[in-house]
Amino acid sequence: MTLDSELSSVETVETRVEQLAHQAGFDEDTSSQIAMVTREAVINAILHGNKRDPAKKVRIGFALSDDALSITIADEGLGLDPDSVPDPCAPENILRSSGRGIFLMRAIMDEVHFHQLSPGTEIELIKHRIHKES
Amino acid sequence: MSMTLTARQVGDVTILDLSGKITLGEGGVTLRDEVRKLLAKGAKKIVLNLVGVSYIDSSGLGELVSSYTAVKNAGGELKLMNLTSKVRDLLVITKLLTVFDVKDDEAAAVAAFA
Repeated sequence: MTLDSELSSVETVETRVEQLAHQAGFDEDTSSQIAMVTREAVINAILHGNKRDPAKKVRIGFALSDDALSITIADEGLGLDPDSVPDPCAPENILRSSGRGIFLMRAIMDEVHFHQLSPGTEIELIKHRIHKES
Repeated sequence: MSMTLTARQVGDVTILDLSGKITLGEGGVTLRDEVRKLLAKGAKKIVLNLVGVSYIDSSGLGELVSSYTAVKNAGGELKLMNLTSKVRDLLVITKLLTVFDVKDDEAAAVAAFA
């Protein structure tokens, strides 16, 4: 899925991810949270990565395997150093009005990986599927 | 669905009943504007009733924090009540539950103001 760098694109991705998460067997709350953090990643890609440049696109990938649901979000921006993002729970940051998106991704997903592209950044969000014993 | 917001008075406490989504561009700015308007009118005791909030994201959490700091800086108090499980979960994850005074119902929220 390739999106323009416009916030109107976000809802389409969120709806698709929530459907996929349901298909993968996640409960309603978990599916909603997976969709929400995907939304965070897409918004970051549009606003901070591509800086709403209409010439730049956001590419979304989905993969559902026996073990996990994986979502990738790639922008064409200048790159991101995830280690430079301040901890939003630290006392000096707790009252900041922004900066919680990546933290929520890490809290809700099982794995979050950042891949540097040239140009851009790809975020990979992974949630492991829970298999019920038969 | 975007957020809807209604203000009402219970004594000297202003209660804002919110419903819908508090997200980037979908209600966040409305909440911030409404809180600032109340402060400009002299309101000092404000409760956000979140019972109808079905969804919140990091921008929405930021709006709650902005509202809290705006009220505090104006010498007032802002409390939250009737959190849905989705909102409560995110406040726990982000440790914002340690910042906000959260009450289970309106009577408790109104009574909590000194």
